[in-house]
Amino acid sequence: MKNKSLVSINDFSRDEMIQILDIAEDFERQPHQNLLQGRVIASLFFEPSTRTRLSFESAIHQLGGTVIGFSSTAGTSVQKGESLKDTITMVASYSDLIVMRNPIDGSARYASEVSKVPIINAGDGANQHPTQCMLDLYSIRKTQGTLENLEVTFVGDLKYGRTVHSLVTALSKFNTKFNLVSPVELKLPSAYKRYIKEAKLEYNQYTELNEVIPQSDIIYMTRVQRERFPDPIEYEKVKNSYLLKNSMLEKAKQNCRILHPLPRVNEISTDVDDNPMAYYFQQAQNGVYVRQALIAAILGLK
Amino acid sequence: MEKRKELIVSALKNGTVIDHIPADKVFQVIKILDVENSKNQIYFGINLESKKYGSKGIVKISDKFFEDEEINKIALVAPTATLIEIEDFEVINKTNVKTPKSVEKIVKCFNPNCVTNKEEVPTRFKVLKEDDGSIKLACRYCEKNTSQDNMIFF
Ligand SMILES: [Zn+2]
Repeated sequence: MKNKSLVSINDFSRDEMIQILDIAEDFERQPHQNLLQGRVIASLFFEPSTRTRLSFESAIHQLGGTVIGFSSTAGTSVQKGESLKDTITMVASYSDLIVMRNPIDGSARYASEVSKVPIINAGDGANQHPTQCMLDLYSIRKTQGTLENLEVTFVGDLKYGRTVHSLVTALSKFNTKFNLVSPVELKLPSAYKRYIKEAKLEYNQYTELNEVIPQSDIIYMTRVQRERFPDPIEYEKVKNSYLLKNSMLEKAKQNCRILHPLPRVNEISTDVDDNPMAYYFQQAQNGVYVRQALIAAILGLK
Repeated sequence: MEKRKELIVSALKNGTVIDHIPADKVFQVIKILDVENSKNQIYFGINLESKKYGSKGIVKISDKFFEDEEINKIALVAPTATLIEIEDFEVINKTNVKTPKSVEKIVKCFNPNCVTNKEEVPTRFKVLKEDDGSIKLACRYCEKNTSQDNMIFF
């Protein structure tokens, strides 16, 4: 994995994923390890994403590294029309690794081709956000003790949700049974169902959440956004069917955990927050350990 | 008989004949092969009669032989095409085009937010073959698939 860019979750084999999760576990036990002493990590956010940026910067600082870069393009040469290639080439000469968030689909793959240092994709438009996927996997393994043979329920916008797409692809390597709960308009695209089928795994599609709760090990909630519906009346009709309330969890399995990539809007009622099944805040915290693991592995320090 | 039919569009001494091109794809084939700016003589015919396809097109390029990789690009627009290589007026080789494994530079990615449409980045696709025989191009960058209906050639 040394010197390899992380652009897409598809770049990782099953064994590489497990290896990263094991390293992340080590960082959870001992987050302060002075591995990045004297190293410079560039953090280039071509669009703001405070949550992801802080998670990366916290990971770097806890490893003793230095961060350079920008949190938005305001006032940078990017705004003056500098090409992505030029920006990346310039920054690569100042740093050991580049973390990049960019609103353009495929910009991360391109950056990895022109950069002499490895790139970690912190989200490229609607395409990939592999570190989010890794922290989702970490959270699942941590709460269930395994990634194998789980029944995972995805709820909400399965059509546009990139976290859903990446996680479905990754879990297809672990013999998962998938429950896909969404409005008809926002079903999982066929390209991802193809991954499931190619792995010879089972999936079932539902429009109602209630009926699959009792069998789920993981319930992965996502936002259903108003702007995804051409007809606002359709949105009003479906929005409450994908709202998880505490009372609905009475029939859930003891080991069931609720995940959400955050920020949530109204898809998880706040009365779920105190339920031991709610795991979305710890999930976000796990992001720091996973990012520490990825940086350390790519720089060959673990 | 067969030989006389091919003579409709002037005989070739040496070179490549691409036959059974859908009539409306002849110009695209010439463009994809990037021969329009070469010094080779090019003959073409459009709306020729074909027993098999009703109407067809044909392209003949003199003194030019293609690598498989080069010629197979035309499978994107002319999957039914036949290639005939000619030396000294004799047919020395006759094959059908095969779907290429990858395609570079000749097709646009249909995703408007793809980096290949935003920066000066040449397109690169992996060719996917669907169960129904149709072709999709998987973009190396944005990972979206461009279907045959959405293919725009540079
Ligand atoms: Zn693309």
